[in-house]
Amino acid sequence: MSRLQVVSGKGGTGKTTVAAALALALATEGRRTLLVEVEGRQGIAQLFETEALPYEERKIAVAPGGGEVYALAIDAERALLDYLQMFYKLGAAGRALKKLGAIDFATTIAPGVRDVLLTGKACEAVRRKDGAGRFVYDHVVMDAPPTGRVTRFLNVNDEVAGLARMGPVHHQAQSVMRVIKSPETAVHLVTLLEEMPVQETADGVAELRAAGLPVGDVLVNMVRPRLLDEDAVRAAAGDRRAGVARALAAAGVSGPERLVDPLLAQAAEHARRVELEREQREALAKLRTPVRELPLLGGGVDLAGLYHLARTLRRDLGVSDA
Amino acid sequence: MTAAEAAPEPAAVPHALEVDPLLDDPATRIVVCCGAGGVGKTTTAAALGLRAAERGRKVVVLTIDPARRLAQSMGIEELDNTPRRVPGAGTDAGGELHAMMLDMKRTFDEIVEAHADPERARAILANPFYQSLSAGFAGTQEYMAMEKLGQLRARDEWDLIVVDTPPSRSALDFLDAPKRLGSFLDGRLIRALMAPAKVGGRAGMKFLNVGMSMMTGTLGKLLGGQLLRDVQTFVAAMDTMFGGFRTRADATYRLLQAPGTAFLVVAAPERDALREAAYFVERLAAEDMPLEGLVLNRVHGSAATGLSAERALAAAENLDGARMVDQGDGQTRVGGPAATSPEAPAPEPTTEVPPADAELTAGLLRLHAERMQVLARERRTRDRFTELHPDVPLAEVPALAADVHDLTTLRAIGAHLATPRQDR
Repeated sequence: MSRLQVVSGKGGTGKTTVAAALALALATEGRRTLLVEVEGRQGIAQLFETEALPYEERKIAVAPGGGEVYALAIDAERALLDYLQMFYKLGAAGRALKKLGAIDFATTIAPGVRDVLLTGKACEAVRRKDGAGRFVYDHVVMDAPPTGRVTRFLNVNDEVAGLARMGPVHHQAQSVMRVIKSPETAVHLVTLLEEMPVQETADGVAELRAAGLPVGDVLVNMVRPRLLDEDAVRAAAGDRRAGVARALAAAGVSGPERLVDPLLAQAAEHARRVELEREQREALAKLRTPVRELPLLGGGVDLAGLYHLARTLRRDLGVSDA
Repeated sequence: MTAAEAAPEPAAVPHALEVDPLLDDPATRIVVCCGAGGVGKTTTAAALGLRAAERGRKVVVLTIDPARRLAQSMGIEELDNTPRRVPGAGTDAGGELHAMMLDMKRTFDEIVEAHADPERARAILANPFYQSLSAGFAGTQEYMAMEKLGQLRARDEWDLIVVDTPPSRSALDFLDAPKRLGSFLDGRLIRALMAPAKVGGRAGMKFLNVGMSMMTGTLGKLLGGQLLRDVQTFVAAMDTMFGGFRTRADATYRLLQAPGTAFLVVAAPERDALREAAYFVERLAAEDMPLEGLVLNRVHGSAATGLSAERALAAAENLDGARMVDQGDGQTRVGGPAATSPEAPAPEPTTEVPPADAELTAGLLRLHAERMQVLARERRTRDRFTELHPDVPLAEVPALAADVHDLTTLRAIGAHLATPRQDR
């Protein structure tokens, strides 16, 4: 398993949920993972039902078997001030820069500097070791920007290394790039079995590959249970009305005649959906990446649902269960 | 009896969003569709544009990043930054539909070309810092979307502009980005970067000058001197345009607050999308931006809501039980273990159901139960929103089996938008 797991996906596919479930799944048998948020949305805090995350690593969950999940919401401005402090001991000058808007400039305006800081912080956590020389985190899971922007986000260091051709930002950019392009990193894309997200996933995989970034798995989220097999769906399309009405009556449902049409209409919709899903699965299979499916949580995503998804992932990824 | 003991207050019922009166009103000049990513904003914008055009208005739809099939359905696959007439949109009522896809780099280039003399424009366009800036640091897309909106409005060729907003990390970036970019481009930092060149000779400014060189020195160390030089060259070349940027950002902002502008917040009946929508509603109010209502996409419905999930599941179990007592003659007698449980009333013991019918019907009932559970969850989510924001009118669009591929589907979505919702 790669040590840096980047999770991206089209908006609305549940990438934050999947990233959190992955961090939980990887934190088995006493392992420790860090879940990193880079877009300032506080999605992780909402998911784990805790207060907003500060800019510090803090434990937010315990996995079965004693593993721990830490979380960090990276703030670009704070990351830059830390960085200035670290390299230049710029206490007061840093504040002066802030006053002039230079920090704003560097973190929101200057092309890519913000993304360099965010990816840089994540890579620092990947490489960090404790006094005994062991990695502090076994895995770092990043809730990354959406598919449409993730290649540019991860590749920003190449661009910045080109723009800033020397200086510490240049060196930082190069060292981040070494981690991100290595097998230590895997970029996963979350999708749904729908046309638009699948198309975007295919485009995303192509872009990542073209940029030389390591594509991980395609994670299909919110897969609905198959409640009618295909034969039944076909049969429902034929003329089975009388039989269904009799069976409904026999099962004790009142007003069976009125229910036959709506129920068959729902079956026809289901059939269309099953067919569309089959097409989308075929499209995903062509991407030549492992495809894993996560079930739709009937009750919506809550903490229990998150642990359930983590268990599914643990099984699928072959992470030994605790 | 105190008030607290009275019958519980029913859940707040939102007003229906009156889509047709909004689209028909000649005073409505701009409709902005905003909301979280992946909730169908672009589709909603396109459907509203088509409906308004077919009701007689001359409409342009500005899309940011449409899905390929949707763009194809409107004939705007080319990214050429100019509105094009959409073939196939009805013109019986005298209206027209135009559509365009935003090309953010081209839009930025156009601003430069329009505001600088040719030589200066060439210098800016060739500057590496400018090229990165215009190709998309966070915020450029938002700024350019608002810039394009301002341009379209200024051309005054259309009665109505329907605009989609960029899929930002926060749905609100398009409100903030123009201000941020505007304040950067004519802000203190830029002036500071320019300062050494301008005030170099003046003795009284010496102290300031030292501060400046310390700062540019620091930035230079951090970013590398060459990038800083690119920035300074860029700033020098853009100098004449700075005031313009601020003015334009302010003008766009005022345009969004103007009476002819209507905001529609688009969401899906899911927790995250509605949380974002609620945040947006509050933010629009704080900015004095006119919120027209909430469009809730992908709402599930059922024509058999009279049959609850629980009863459907119980009936399905009855039929399963029936199959377990298959009597070998191809017929089953309903009356298995499930049917005798106290929750489910025992059905007529004489009814005979072929196993194939029993199996199919049990499947139909389970499917229905799942549908009813989805309905209940969506409704809870929606009610939470309307309880907190009872004044926000609501339109609902049912979930479609497939993505939008043609104008017919867009037309159907428009019709749903304009039909008062029936409470499920």
